[in-house]
Amino acid sequence: MAMRHVSTTINSEPAEFLCEPGATLLEVLRDQLGLTGTKEGCSTGDCGACSVLLDGRVICSCLVLAAEVEGAVVETIEGLAPAGTLHPLQQQFLVDAALQCGICTPGILIAAKALLDRNPNPSETEVRFWLAGNLCRCTGYDKIVRAVMQTAAEMAQHAEPEGARP
Amino acid sequence: MRAANYEAPRSVEDAVALLVTSQGRGHVFAGGTDLLVSLQNGRVEAELLVDVKRIERMMRIEHTDGVFRIGAAMCAARLAEHAELQSAWPGIVEAAELIGSTQIQGRASLGGNLCNASPAADSVPALLAAAARCVVAGPDGEREVPVQEIPIGPGKTSLRPGEIIVEFLVPDPQPRSADAYLRMIPRSEMDIAIVGAAANISLDGDGRCTAARVFLAAVAPTVCEVPAAAEALVGRAIDVSVLAEVAEAARAASSPIDDHRGTVAYRTRVAGVLAGRATAIARDRALARG
Repeated sequence: MAMRHVSTTINSEPAEFLCEPGATLLEVLRDQLGLTGTKEGCSTGDCGACSVLLDGRVICSCLVLAAEVEGAVVETIEGLAPAGTLHPLQQQFLVDAALQCGICTPGILIAAKALLDRNPNPSETEVRFWLAGNLCRCTGYDKIVRAVMQTAAEMAQHAEPEGARP
Repeated sequence: MRAANYEAPRSVEDAVALLVTSQGRGHVFAGGTDLLVSLQNGRVEAELLVDVKRIERMMRIEHTDGVFRIGAAMCAARLAEHAELQSAWPGIVEAAELIGSTQIQGRASLGGNLCNASPAADSVPALLAAAARCVVAGPDGEREVPVQEIPIGPGKTSLRPGEIIVEFLVPDPQPRSADAYLRMIPRSEMDIAIVGAAANISLDGDGRCTAARVFLAAVAPTVCEVPAAAEALVGRAIDVSVLAEVAEAARAASSPIDDHRGTVAYRTRVAGVLAGRATAIARDRALARG
């Protein structure tokens, strides 16, 4: 079986690795590249713990072959916060205690970021359905949904130009 | 080990050639949301994965000369992002948007949904209600086939060795026509259909039905057409009593199984309910198109 050489971009940095043809992106991220922020929950695409952005789209990295990301752009949870500054979603999750064990949290943050990138003002229903592919055993989702909604509201406030509010 | 080899050809011809030389041990790999799971659990073995996502024709959606050409490997999410398709065929789009989750829709394709040939596939009834066709490429060249001819049983298609579905062809809707798709699942999201129902309704200027196509998912070994529903609809104004006949026709056409998601009795009853509701929604959408 021939190893494959892959050149890609991960969290805005060029990355290269060798992988087996059947290796998943999740396996390579965690086991070869040391990017263990992305979690393995089920390896069947059901739980969303392994969510990453691939060319801007949130997908399950357990269902992507590492060989496929040649020339693509991958963003993982490690890339969410530029050095020293938490993303507003991360900040709000801390403030609102929207996590307990934290195993679902990287996947949820990546999926939530993908939502707010597309829809800066989602309804609660839109948030819940968008995050339906991310399972959490601890929180019952309520604080997660509230944190995402609050983040959206605050990001919208900060986006308003000066003098827009009375 | 999931696969011994992986190739990403840039053309349909190259993909077909790879499948042919693999002599049945190669597999088309689009979104991988069914395939990779099956490779993982041993349900499928593949010596070669032929990744078709670098073939531009299989990844794009075009609307020209009154036909939507939808790449068979394109992810479901992109259907929803296509404003013209959303407007013309809201039923096809809403069906595709029900597949799995946000993450799954970022990868899963219409081609995969069709060729995985689950009886519960969500996009298939809606495509059939639209009388969609598909372009199949193989060692003998390309042929155009009604999508209805592809699934022949659970997990089985009519495709011959070395054949790939390249694109789906969906014509513009007829005037005063519209489609709809509804699904019942055990949970509120992220589950497999107990029943799915698609309806495509055409009306005349007086609001009377001139044509109808009704299809059901998950109540038979393959997607199930309900010709008796169309007979009940054509020539009539679609009122409550006609919808009741549609529901009865759907129940009669259903031959579901008992499983952990639903009993025969439950599925049959829900098939009637969803067929009636999908027909009503399609009727209302068609009326709104004036």
